[in-house]
Amino acid sequence: MKDDPHLGLSAIEWQLLNAFQHDFPLVAEPYKEIGRQLGISEDEVLQQLQHLHECGMVSRVGCVLRNGALGVSTLAAMEVAPDDIDRVADIVNSFSEVNHNYERENTLNLWFVVTARSNERLVEILAEIESKSGSPVLMLPMEANFHINLGFPIH
Amino acid sequence: MLVISMQIVNEKESDLLEVIQTGFPLSPRPFQDIGHAIGLSESEVIAILKGLSERGVIKRIGVVVRHRELGFKANAMVVWNVPDDLVPQKGKLIGEMEFVNLCYLRRRSLPRWPYNLYCMIHGRQRSEVLDNIAKLEAHCGMEDIAKEVLFSQRRYKQQGAHYFATKPSQSQTI
Repeated sequence: MKDDPHLGLSAIEWQLLNAFQHDFPLVAEPYKEIGRQLGISEDEVLQQLQHLHECGMVSRVGCVLRNGALGVSTLAAMEVAPDDIDRVADIVNSFSEVNHNYERENTLNLWFVVTARSNERLVEILAEIESKSGSPVLMLPMEANFHINLGFPIH
Repeated sequence: MLVISMQIVNEKESDLLEVIQTGFPLSPRPFQDIGHAIGLSESEVIAILKGLSERGVIKRIGVVVRHRELGFKANAMVVWNVPDDLVPQKGKLIGEMEFVNLCYLRRRSLPRWPYNLYCMIHGRQRSEVLDNIAKLEAHCGMEDIAKEVLFSQRRYKQQGAHYFATKPSQSQTI
């Protein structure tokens, strides 16, 4: 066990980030249990996680749902003029149902994921984005998943 | 119309998934605090989470990291136009590669976008990601299949899926 040279993470931080991406203890006092496994106090676990969250490395401690397990979702793509992309990205982001939104290197340059409670709502959101932005949206829904999500190993 | 399977969850499960979509509280008894908010006991919350995990509605429970903040700044979405009859074989091979983070079959959007098989590869540097794509193509027999590599530029948003309209936030959830 050693400190990570890339990020300046302590050994404890590194373990919190790597060893608890799945199998979070489902017990009454989970952070105490994590502390027991790492040989530190519950308070220290809570403080470190709070810190990792505040610095942005940890998005949340919680559940990752199977895609399509609840509600409906789709990947969507748009071709936007480079000098207009901030405006269109803001329109896309204004929907709380949009959870990822990236600029990518392609003529189709704005890529986002929409997840909604119903198909009707999903279609409505995409239509609103089209009408507010003035550009068509390509809808690319998932049909099969070939990857088992075990988290993101940090080397 | 979309063709996506809808998994039935009951009302208690739905209530629970709603309050935890932004994460568990960082408090000594997080499941008790969550239960408080929706009228469930601590042991009910734990039992429901176990049940949803066993049924595969929840894929994993734990720390969700942001790759960019962890130094993985090169992020490529690679897309191929794989003949339909080869998709199961190629998808399985790609999904098993250790550096691949996601591997999905998606509907094509013809004529503009003929690609149907997608994977996500993160690395500290672009060269590392490109090396891994070359390895993947050699290992999975993908060299002759049309593809595009879309590196990410600006990130406008990254958060967990919000299936529910956002309610006033729970205290101290992350």
